[in-house]
Amino acid sequence: MVKELNIDIQKEQEKAHEEIKKQGLRVLVCAGTGCVANGSLKIIDKFRELGADVSTLTDYDKMTIVPTGCHGFCEQGVLVIIPDKHVTYVKVKEADVEEIYESHVKNNQPVERLLYTDPQTQQHVHKNEDINFYAKQTRTALANCGKINAESIDEAIAVRGYEALANVIKEDNPDAVIDTIEKSGLRGRGGGGFPTGRKWRFTAANKGGKSYVVCNGDEGDPGAFMDRSIMEGDPHKLLEGMAIAAFAIGADEGYIYVRAEYPLAIKRLRKAIADAEARNYLGKNIMGSDFSFDLHIKEGAGAFVCGEETALIASIEGERGMPRPKPPFPANKGLFGRPTLINNVETLANIPVIMLNGADWFAKMGTETSKGTKTFALTGEVNNTGLIEVPMGTTLREIVFDIGGGIRNGKKFKAVQIGGPSGGCLTEEHLDLPMDYDNLIKAGAMVGSGGLVVMAEDTCIVEVARFFMNFTQNESCGKCVPCREGTKNMLKILEKIVAGKGEMSDLDLLEDLAQAVKDGSLCGLGKTAPNPVLSTLKYFRDEYIAHIKDKKCPAGVCTAMKKIVIEESLCKGCTKCARTCPVGAISGEVKQPHKIDQAKCIKCEACLTNCPFKAIVLE
Amino acid sequence: MSITNPHKIDTTKLDSIIQSYGSKKSNLIAILQKVQEEYRYLPEDALIYIGTKIEGLSPATVFGVATFYAQFSLDPKGKYEIKVCDGTACHVRGSMPVLNAIKSYLKLKDGQMTTDDGLFSLETVSCLGACGLAPVCVINEKVYPQMTSDAIKVILETLLNGER
Repeated sequence: MVKELNIDIQKEQEKAHEEIKKQGLRVLVCAGTGCVANGSLKIIDKFRELGADVSTLTDYDKMTIVPTGCHGFCEQGVLVIIPDKHVTYVKVKEADVEEIYESHVKNNQPVERLLYTDPQTQQHVHKNEDINFYAKQTRTALANCGKINAESIDEAIAVRGYEALANVIKEDNPDAVIDTIEKSGLRGRGGGGFPTGRKWRFTAANKGGKSYVVCNGDEGDPGAFMDRSIMEGDPHKLLEGMAIAAFAIGADEGYIYVRAEYPLAIKRLRKAIADAEARNYLGKNIMGSDFSFDLHIKEGAGAFVCGEETALIASIEGERGMPRPKPPFPANKGLFGRPTLINNVETLANIPVIMLNGADWFAKMGTETSKGTKTFALTGEVNNTGLIEVPMGTTLREIVFDIGGGIRNGKKFKAVQIGGPSGGCLTEEHLDLPMDYDNLIKAGAMVGSGGLVVMAEDTCIVEVARFFMNFTQNESCGKCVPCREGTKNMLKILEKIVAGKGEMSDLDLLEDLAQAVKDGSLCGLGKTAPNPVLSTLKYFRDEYIAHIKDKKCPAGVCTAMKKIVIEESLCKGCTKCARTCPVGAISGEVKQPHKIDQAKCIKCEACLTNCPFKAIVLE
Repeated sequence: MSITNPHKIDTTKLDSIIQSYGSKKSNLIAILQKVQEEYRYLPEDALIYIGTKIEGLSPATVFGVATFYAQFSLDPKGKYEIKVCDGTACHVRGSMPVLNAIKSYLKLKDGQMTTDDGLFSLETVSCLGACGLAPVCVINEKVYPQMTSDAIKVILETLLNGER
């Protein structure tokens, strides 16, 4: 039975398009966290100041500056895009605004020096879609990020925002919604990869009383920021996805749990919720139907383990964010003891698109077992760092070398750390592996939330393993003894190896402990914490052995195995190093070459960074 | 239980914070965040007061929550809260030298978080999600991209000069 709604979403779309037309020349300025840090708010002000005098515009009667969400290409920020002029400017500073305005906006002369330069061909690139970084992507969850004003509900509506929700309510068939999601093959984007449709089905089976939809926006993996970008750049898509989920499983209340480290995302979500409520796209009797959905935001307080769904529930309830044993699963007994559906931000952002384009459209992308696209945060030693979205099954080579533009400073590729502290390393031999949930598990890594940190020849793998172990050890909530004590002892061993005091038996001990931690932990944090160590031991055992047997760090990173020396011929005897040294390890007469007492030196490198003559070097 | 309040915490202020969120156990984290915003840390007396005031809580559970989450501090933070991101991307691109430079510039001893004059406090955070700009520091909500040990010293110097 088709229901009558009191909102005609098509008409709303037309209205929104009219509004956008009235804006005249649209200048998109990125106002994501990264670009704001690089001064985009000042650029926006400057453009607005210049554009205030509309009499100087030739082809347009008005210019509108649109602050958008993250474009993903943070490294090249601040990004300024003028779609009508087919141009993307990168690394724009406040001082460049006048030139862009005078030259391009008024006189149609592009400012060549602010165009993106391809690192391989050294050519300037005008159009966004011609920049390699963007050309090889397929954006669905991120489709609108960077293209619309993230704080305007009208702009969201213009790009079909809330159309899927209106259709779903009109058709009034929750089961059909779940069918579509099941058929699409969408799997949880937060890390686990559990089939989303099945999760919805389980929760819907408990329909009847109060139930909840919770969005997991506790993106705690270091090196991951896709959820932040969606929340900042296209918040309405997330709200719509949640409302559709609530309709399908029969929930009337929801929570978005966002990390406190994401203040801008929280601000934009709050505004988006208020705007959507004002239009009756959220709240009581949505669009005149009998479906109601109240949405709240819960700010996290800095605990990685809260990304685990039962810990997240405990945190929303105001408790210490410690995981609870499963079963009961949240689908049966979750938030406040009621059936609860928990999905990650990216998963929910895919819902409206799937509902609009159909399950088949989505299932056409990706591999046999992993459908659709996946966002990755591409960072580390790669030329183009940023947020990308590619079909599942894309190879690492395409990501690192085509989209990422290769390794920076001509260095050699060494490995990619994927999936954060729960994931593992992929090496050269995996460059042509189609990346999907199952292939990565087979290779000893995991998709995880999608952090992809590229490491070059000068990154020490053992140090990276120590880094992740330090992280999980810090973040272990302490509930399960094997996790609490096991990670601590694994960290101790790794610290010992990095300090050049390791023994060969330590490697076996590490593997034993790893198994114990995996077996004896309740939640995903403990079960996956040993992964970075196990995977580096598997692929880079040589490097561990070099640290232990030869007391050498092949990448030249581990300070304990380095020596800091003063080159006599370059030292002018200015005494600056001796004064800087916190432990008094440097001695020498004025205007005479100085010397470092290696026994006293703590290798803090303070002298090295402070030497005005670059006479102090690492050996 | 009687409420000891040796530091003369302004309970009317606490009451209004509790009221603004609703005197419910599930609002505890939000309430503690507001209290910390107000005092720059969580005074012990405030924790005890909240624990006795809200139904279903005790001072012990409030203390448990306050010590669980990294965001909460039981010691006063500085006027300038410096957060050095040590997420993977920042770590790989050299956040540790930046951290060491700040420590030595502010003359912080190992384990010391806040400078003696209470101006600066220093902590590492695991990821701010600004990985494209690594390494990143945040001082009182302002994000400083692509930090080096020299650049951070200039920033600290400017802040310090502003205080004099």
